[in-house]
Amino acid sequence: MNPSADTIAVAAILFVVIAAYALFGGADFGGGIWDLLAGGAERGAAPRELIDESITPVWEANHVWLVFVLVLLWTAFPPAFAAIMTALFVPLSLSLLGIVLRGVGFAFRHTAERLPMQRLTGAVFASASLITPFFMGTVVGAVATGQVPVHPAGNILAAWTSTTAILTGFLFVAACAYISAVFLVPEAQQRGQQDLTRYFSLRATAAGVVTGALAGGTFAELSVSAPYVYHRLTGIALPLVAISIAAGIGVLGLLWLRWHHPVVLRATAAIAVATVVFGWGLAQYPYLLPAALSLAAGTAPTGTLVSEFVVAGLALLLVAPGFALLYFLQQRHLLTAADSDADLRLAAELQPAVPGRPATAPTPASAAIRVTTAAVLALLAVRAIRNVFAPARRR
Amino acid sequence: MGVFAMGAAVHILAVNPVPARSQMGSSLGFHIILACFGIAFAAVVMTAEWIGIKRGDAAALLLARRWSKVMAVLVAVGAVSGTVLSYEMGLLWPGLMGRFGAVIGFPFSLEGIFFFLEAIFVGVYLYGWQRLPPWAHWWSGLPIVVFGLLGALSVVAANSWMNSPAGYTLSHGKVTSVDPVSVFFNASTPYETAHMVLAAYMVTGFLVAGVYAMGLLRGRRDRYHRLGFAIPFTIAGIAAPLQVMMGDIIARFIATNQPVKFAAMEYVLTTQRDAPEWLGGILINGKVYLGAAIPAFDSILVGFNPHTQVIGLDSVPAAQQPPLPTLIHLSFDVMVGIGMFLFALAAWQAWWWWFHRRVLLTAWFLVPAAVSGVAAVVAMEAGWVVTEVGRQPWIVYKVLLVSQAVTPSSGVPVTLGVMLVLYAILTAISIGVPMIMSRRWRRETPAEEDAEQVPYGPLHARSRARPATAAGPRSSADGTDAP
Repeated sequence: MNPSADTIAVAAILFVVIAAYALFGGADFGGGIWDLLAGGAERGAAPRELIDESITPVWEANHVWLVFVLVLLWTAFPPAFAAIMTALFVPLSLSLLGIVLRGVGFAFRHTAERLPMQRLTGAVFASASLITPFFMGTVVGAVATGQVPVHPAGNILAAWTSTTAILTGFLFVAACAYISAVFLVPEAQQRGQQDLTRYFSLRATAAGVVTGALAGGTFAELSVSAPYVYHRLTGIALPLVAISIAAGIGVLGLLWLRWHHPVVLRATAAIAVATVVFGWGLAQYPYLLPAALSLAAGTAPTGTLVSEFVVAGLALLLVAPGFALLYFLQQRHLLTAADSDADLRLAAELQPAVPGRPATAPTPASAAIRVTTAAVLALLAVRAIRNVFAPARRR
Repeated sequence: MGVFAMGAAVHILAVNPVPARSQMGSSLGFHIILACFGIAFAAVVMTAEWIGIKRGDAAALLLARRWSKVMAVLVAVGAVSGTVLSYEMGLLWPGLMGRFGAVIGFPFSLEGIFFFLEAIFVGVYLYGWQRLPPWAHWWSGLPIVVFGLLGALSVVAANSWMNSPAGYTLSHGKVTSVDPVSVFFNASTPYETAHMVLAAYMVTGFLVAGVYAMGLLRGRRDRYHRLGFAIPFTIAGIAAPLQVMMGDIIARFIATNQPVKFAAMEYVLTTQRDAPEWLGGILINGKVYLGAAIPAFDSILVGFNPHTQVIGLDSVPAAQQPPLPTLIHLSFDVMVGIGMFLFALAAWQAWWWWFHRRVLLTAWFLVPAAVSGVAAVVAMEAGWVVTEVGRQPWIVYKVLLVSQAVTPSSGVPVTLGVMLVLYAILTAISIGVPMIMSRRWRRETPAEEDAEQVPYGPLHARSRARPATAAGPRSSADGTDAP
């Protein structure tokens, strides 16, 4: 039985929200990860400040995306929700623990600045940023590999401790670090902090390579552990995979070229992540829980689906403009730092801890080298993508 | 803390499935306090700002600014505990969500939208200070009030549905069609929503007023503290009599809609006319000890006639009667008693205001006023105990048993323990952070206050937020240290 158009539309909305959480929430978690890795207090002060100031204002609001994912899943696909929540009780509880700990760190760090507790809450906050995406990754890995039965008798440890699930967990952590570093590069650039731009550009490149490697590993592992999903990934979902690879390499190219255009750079990285999410969705089709529960069997009645369309419409009408307004205010404020005379006076006396170095334009010679290398890399990328396509054609 | 006492009490006393119910109970009991601030605090803040702008009153404006910062902290903690709840719906009650997720999903989805909007406009409101013209800024805060109310309506509608399930058809245990509008506006929705919104205004108003009552008691009797007391106390004081009225109406509704719950609330053991109203008392083996009975008064309250028949606990088999009628009855008494006490307190101040146009400054008034907020919280928690324990053993009234809904997973006692510890920390933050902020406000120069950072608020470079006297090592300034 094929799922109805309504069902497919709600599933599409669900995956759009998941992608939004992966991007916005992922950038948050990644910020926490880079905070953790920034080193000692002296050395890590400048990157931490940038992370804090660029991601903070909309920070915990991003959990609302997660709430939407949960609510959409239980409303539109109740049996799948119940099965996942039962079988994967342990990793889900651990990811929840991470969310609460992050909240603790968040609330304390930004209000009680002078407390000695601040270091501790900072550490709690940063390590929670590792826990949450990792365990969410294992959940996705467990679902994709078809380890969640429709009526689990209790929590299933084996479901999320398979090689694929653990690899997916690491992949999620790396992807969060990657997306966050890419988002931070233009942020540093806009503030004229050349050293930080380079700092995050290097980290974005490294995280991109690691993410790519982990994605490759997971992909290979899927061929054994989840033949159905693997077959669809190399079949109908292949264009999405290819776009993701191309966008991922594109980001590395842009970073190499130092073309830190905020919109282009972020959009390319967002495409790389979002296409993976959509690819996962397409690869599972028409299953909610691969081979165990199909969309047609696990979908709520039409009345419920229609109500979810209404909610989605409301979100587009009200939430999107509101969110845009908040982002706009935040961005604008970043460019004009002070807000009162007293504030300005204090600013004059106490400069930020590490002032940005003056911007230095790359010399023409080094630019030529970079463009050439980028062209070579692009050629290699095209070849790599064609190689990925090739086995599919043979089949 | 009342929350944990309640969690512990439910844990010790309740029958199966104990850990899951304890965890849900303590999570809800914690979140509901923050939710009250989400629903009602914006109205308090905006009243202060309105007075400040209208009368050019600096004290009122300062109160509004400071309260808005506290609001941001509470919204941030509330976002976290709200996320916890949406997880727990599935983690603890997969049997409910798997069967009826499609039915109660719609109100929850709406609530998600409204909370998102509320958080966004809290951010906009915080940005707007000093940047928008006064009245434009005031209007930018109005959506917080509206979306707070709509969010309360949505999420209470979901709880109401569990008391008055409607709007769906079942065949072979599977939901086959859903009418979201009937689900949302079920029989209990108007009563529960009105009751909860009024409770939110009372809890928020009395809690905030209580803080300033403490200040007044300590001799800080300037206009700032008197206004800080009067604004929230007035708002809560207006809600109090309405709540007493609403409580009376809702009790009669329960008597017809969920008679067994009502029987447990009022110790109506057998269906009878001339049912007495019990004040206090413990129910042991079908007899009430240590209680005072007003003859036939319960019948009068239900039907305005002493001969009104009131349905008793014996109308359903023992297996379908709620456990712990003593807990339900005493919680009900506590709620009603505190409600009356708060009403009396508000009436006293209203009387004084009518004739003297002043805030009462006698300790006889200020001491009870200082504890009025805590009392309001206790009353609200007791009310939730009544409605939730009173619905047992059903999770969806007369449709689904709690035991059919609970997770078969084995880890719940562990998560319960961890959650209780985390909630202790979150409580410390929700109370501790505003306290630290208030202590700092008294010490800091205005410039330093300008530069404070709050969640969702505008950004200031950290180093500027610290006073010029910072003699301590710089290492404590930013984030974490490598070990």
